[in-house]
Parts: sequence; structure tokens; C-alpha cells
Amino acid sequence: MENIYLTIVLAPLLGAIVAGFWGAKIGRAGAHWVTSSGVGIACALSLWVLSRFIWHDLPAFNDTIYIWMVADGIQFEIGFLVDRLTVLMMATVTFVSLMVHIYTIGYMADDEHNWPHGSLAGKNSYQRFFSYISLFTFSMLMLVMSNNFIQLFFGWEAVGLVSYLLIGFWATRESAVFANLKAFLVNRVGDFGFILGIAAIGMYFNSMDYAEVFAKAPEFANTEIAVFGGVSLMTLICILLFIGAMGKSAQVPLHVWLPDSMEGPTPISALIHAATMVTAGIFMVARMSPLYELSTTALSFVLLIGAITAFFMGLIGLVQNDIKRVVAYSTLSQLGYMVAALGASAYAAGIFHLMTHAFFKALLFLAAGSVIIAMHHDQDIRNMGGLRRYMPITWITALVGSLALIAFPGFSGFFSKDAIIEAVGHADVFGAGFAWLLLTIGAFITALYSFRMYFLVFHGKPRMDEHTQHHLHETPWVVTVPLLALAIPSIFIGWYAVEPLLVNNWFGNAIVVAHEHDTLHHLANHWHGQVAFIQHGMHGLPFWLAMSGLILATIIWWGWHKVNPAIDGQLQQKAGPLARVLDNKYGFDDFNQRVFAAGGRRIGQVFWNTGDQKIIDDTIVNGSARAVSWTAEWMRWLQSGLLYHYAIAMIVGLVGLLTVYVAF
Amino acid sequence: MIALSDYLLLGALLFAIAVAGIFLNRKNVIILLMCIEIMLLAVNTNFIAFAHYFNNLSGQIFVFFILTVAAAEAAIGLAILVVLFRNRHTINVDDLDMLKG
Repeated sequence: MENIYLTIVLAPLLGAIVAGFWGAKIGRAGAHWVTSSGVGIACALSLWVLSRFIWHDLPAFNDTIYIWMVADGIQFEIGFLVDRLTVLMMATVTFVSLMVHIYTIGYMADDEHNWPHGSLAGKNSYQRFFSYISLFTFSMLMLVMSNNFIQLFFGWEAVGLVSYLLIGFWATRESAVFANLKAFLVNRVGDFGFILGIAAIGMYFNSMDYAEVFAKAPEFANTEIAVFGGVSLMTLICILLFIGAMGKSAQVPLHVWLPDSMEGPTPISALIHAATMVTAGIFMVARMSPLYELSTTALSFVLLIGAITAFFMGLIGLVQNDIKRVVAYSTLSQLGYMVAALGASAYAAGIFHLMTHAFFKALLFLAAGSVIIAMHHDQDIRNMGGLRRYMPITWITALVGSLALIAFPGFSGFFSKDAIIEAVGHADVFGAGFAWLLLTIGAFITALYSFRMYFLVFHGKPRMDEHTQHHLHETPWVVTVPLLALAIPSIFIGWYAVEPLLVNNWFGNAIVVAHEHDTLHHLANHWHGQVAFIQHGMHGLPFWLAMSGLILATIIWWGWHKVNPAIDGQLQQKAGPLARVLDNKYGFDDFNQRVFAAGGRRIGQVFWNTGDQKIIDDTIVNGSARAVSWTAEWMRWLQSGLLYHYAIAMIVGLVGLLTVYVAF
Repeated sequence: MIALSDYLLLGALLFAIAVAGIFLNRKNVIILLMCIEIMLLAVNTNFIAFAHYFNNLSGQIFVFFILTVAAAEAAIGLAILVVLFRNRHTINVDDLDMLKG
């Protein structure tokens, strides 16, 4: 099996290397073939391994491939841990990535137009883009398949690096450069916590290997360490690791990079937001479940952060007019749901939602991209409308994605989201009631913003200009095939996966849940099949809230909008201060700009003025030069060249030495 | 009876005069050479005084050597002086200030 796992990881890397270094030689077709087949191989093998796990009960694989350093008894190694949690992630990541690869062939076909004329960076940008997305897949696979913290950190940083390259792919656009720098810096803040957490593990467990750390963890359950006046070691480690997850998985307050990352080309928005980067944090916490189960404080923290993100980021989605930003805020909100599930110890539900979300969110992003292609790169939903007549496949698939997103009964999102809300309802860590309230109302918000976008884009009268409307047509097959391929799991995966994942404990001992935290066993105890689950869900508050959101959205943005096309703007005006708060995104961006960015610049200014210019430049460097020159000036006066001066110096010296010699 | 200390005092006096001569003299290089000779003679006086006092001949032998070396040195010194005068047209000590970097 080792060779198969190595192939899964290395095939995308090979594709990335070939397309990256020899892009000019192999040409555009060569680049997309080599990278897509690399990811295709990884995907096929991952699905095969997944099938072996499902039907042949393959045992988990945990082995070291290569040890590259041993320091003070801690091994730094490359190793794979492939159990049921990993294999599910591998299949999801590679499948979505493969769809994105195929889609990119269509989306980036005219990439030359996105660069200024004669730009050197624009040369072979098509091949470069494929190289990056393949590298992205490789990084994410390294992250999920790791069996130790060092490799996890490598994957973590590699994903961050490639996201930086991809968000700023159109490097001649100032906003793209701003966005990728922002993404990188915000992720650094999270990574700082993450590496401190890993360091704490290294310090106390003296090992980087998951299995060893998890085995030793219960011994440290009651250990206290003397920082911040004494905190539990496990709480500290878990919260530090979670700060890393907050950066990667874009949780409040480190979420600010994610909406800006829309500056990148749409395929990578799908890749970042659905399968790869943002899910890293969710996966990491689920993987670390043996640690998190030891700290109720950390779980409560995770739960609250997740619920806050789910609710408040969903609200912002209501006032966005950029089609990709609406989807981006829905991603933030859905990530909040996943994190809340983790906080409620319903790790399986979190991973389940991660998987269903990967499909329908990739679908929504790719559909949005398809719309953007048709609209000639206009992303403002106020200029769209009526697109269903021109783009039937995009329309249907976007509808499927939206229904899955709002947890419409039967669609994949329904099973995962309902399970999460129910699990949080059963949780009894601090703040669980509040979190449940936020998540439940969040269902209403989700339906409202999703269908606001859906109706504004696909229904109503066309609002684009004559020229664009004249050229509106369905996008080529390389774009629509991935949409259809993603629509199928968006509908059905929930139905098939809910029973094994949540009821039959498919993850086995890949995920550890303490008995008193087990919030999913209520669901398992009352399990009477999918139909009963749907019927049960339809009696619940979340369902009614989602439906009322859907109906309200239909009334406002379909019915009312027909009568009064300016209704969207008018409603926002009516909402006044509330809409302004949402439009400012609660002021996180302004706060960061004014306090951290400006403060950082000011501190830098002070260090530059006093530290660099005054102390180092003026005192140390120029000062020593001045001292030498001043001493030399004085010494020159001593060296007169006159014999009797030298003689007297000799005599004085001699007398002095003799005096010392005789007297002492 | 003349004591050893009298000789030593004479020697010290001669030496001090010679040293004073070296750095008080700003005019003539020849005077510098003379002062050096006086220094050597001061040392010689001490040697002879000690040799006599300790009844040891080696001091007196040293004086012979020193006189020989002093003669040679004076010859070389005067030769250098002649060359110096030929080049610089002066033997004024104040004007000879080239002994610097």
C-alpha cells in the first residue's frame, strides 16, 4: 500500500513540476494534460483506496517513509497515516481538485486578456496556473496524509504558500496583490499559534508522532503549567492549535482574508473554499480529537467561535453584491457550522459537513465562475438577472448547489447541517445553548442570502447591457461537465453517507470522543433510516427557519423584484445603520487597517528612526568611523617627525617604566 | 678617598646632560652626535668605577669594546651627516622633520 499512497501524493507534485518548469516547452495542452492526469491518478487511486476501506475493511496504514532528522530523541519524518478519516479527505480533495482542473481548462482559456499587453508575467500564465493548482493538491494531500506534526506543519505552510501565489495570480492587479498579502499575513497570525501548539507538544510529549502523542495524552489530562497564572496544558495546546485552524479555516477574527481571496481566478476560489485550504483547520481539529476531548474549555472555545462565525458572517452575505463574495461569506458561515460541530465533539458530523460542503460549495463557485465567463468578467449581481434562459445547465446546477447549501430536505447539506445543529443542541459544554441559537437562526440567514443571489442572477429581467446580453450563451463542456459531476454528489452523497458516518461509527478509532461528550449518540439511538431522519428534520425549528428564509427570499427577490427592480437597494437603505454595519463587515477590516497595519507601520517607523537610523547607523556604524578618524587626527599631531619629540617620549617612557619597576 | 657613589653621580650627571642636550638642542645634528658620545662615556665611567670597586676586569674590557663601537658609530654618523647635508643643504635639527608617516 505504501507505493500507492506515495503515488497518490507524488502524482500531482510531478504534474506541478513538469507544468511549472517546462511549461513553455510542453505548451498549454501539455500542461493541462500532465497536471490533470496527475490529479486524475491521485483521484482514481484515492477512490480505489476508499472502496477498499468501505468493502474490504482495509486496516489503517501508519508508517514512516523517510526520517530526515533526529534531534534530541524527536524524529522528524515523512510518514503516512491513512485511516478512514484520511481516506475520506483524500477522496474529497482529489475529486474536487480534479473537477477544478477540468473546469480551469475552460475558465483560463482566454487568460491572456487578463494581463496588460506585453506583460512578462502573463507569458505562459496558463501553464503556471495549472502548476499551482496541482501543487495545491499535493500540499493538501501531504497535510491530510501526515502521521506527524512536522509534516502536518509542512502541508499547512505549503497550502498557505500556494494560496498566496494563487490569490495574487493576476499579479499586475493591485487589489490582487493586496489580497494575497493579506491572506498570507493573517495566516501567519494563525500559524504563530499553531507552531506554538506544536512546540508545546514537542516539549511535553517529546515526540512528533500522532500515535505516540495521542497515546500519551491522557497522562497529561490534569497537568497544569505556569503561564497566564496556571492553565491546563491540554487546554493551552488545543487552543493554540485551534488558533492555527482559525487562520486556515477563516474563523472570526482571523476570517478577514477569505472574502478578499476572491481576487484570485474563480477555479482557485472553488479549490480554496471547498476542498483544500479552509478545510485544513477542520480536518486538523478532527484529527486531534484525542487531545481536544481532554479539554472542555477548548471545546467550548471552539464551539463559540464556530457559532459566532456561522451566524455573523452569514449576515454579511445579505448585503454583498459581488457574486463571488456572496458565496465566500456563505463559505465562512458554513465553516462556522463545521467548527461548531467540532466544538460539540460531533467530529464525524463536522467532517461529514466538510465533505458535503466541498461538493456543493465547489459547485456553487464553479457555477458562479460559469456566470462570470458568460458575463465577460462582470461579477456584480445587480447587472445580471434572467440568466436561466441563456445558461440552463449552470442554472440547474446552481439551483442544486443552493438547495444543498440551505439544507433543503433530501439534499446532501440537509443531512450534515441538521446533524450538526442537533449535536450542538445536545452538547453541554459552556455556551452550547447560545451556539445552538446562533446556528439555528443561521439556517434562516443561509436560505435568505443564497436565494437572494440565486433569484437576482437567474431570474427576473436581464439587467446587463445590450452587448453582453447579445453574447450570452452556455459555457463550453469543460465548464459544464465538472458542474454536472459535482451536482450529483451534492444531491446524493448525504443520503448515502449519513448512515455509515454518523450512525455506524465509520471512523472507528480515527476519531476519539469521550463518553460524556458524545453528542451524536442521540442521533444514532433514534436512527430509523434516512426517510425517518428527513421527516424528523421537517418537524424541527431549523427546517422551518430555512423554509421561511427561502419563501421570504422568493417573495422579495422574485415576486417583489418583478414589480420593483430597485427593491434590493431600497431594502438596504431602509435597513440603514444595520446595513452599514454589515457593509463594513463589522469593521474588522477597518480595525485591522487602523490598529494592526497602521500600528505596525508606526512601530516600524519608530524602530527605523531610533533603532536603525539613530542607534545602528549613526552611533554604531558612523560613530565608530568618526571615533577612528578623531583618534587618528590626534595621533597625527603626536607624530611630528621631529627627533627631539621622539627622544623625549622615549625618555619619559623609560623613566615611567623604571619608576614602575623600582617602586612596585 | 673618592667613593663609588661619586663616580656614579658623575656618570648620572654626564648622562643627564647628554639627554638634555638631545632634546634641548634644536640647531645642529653634530651636537646630537656629541651628546650620544657623552652618554656612552657616562656609561663607560660607571663600568670602570664598578670594575675597580668589585675588582673585576670584565668591566674595563667592556669599555674597550664600547669605545671601539663608539668610534665606528661616530664615523658612520658623520658620513650620514655629510650625505644628509649634501641632499638637504642643512643640518638644522628643526628642519629635519621627515621621520613620520
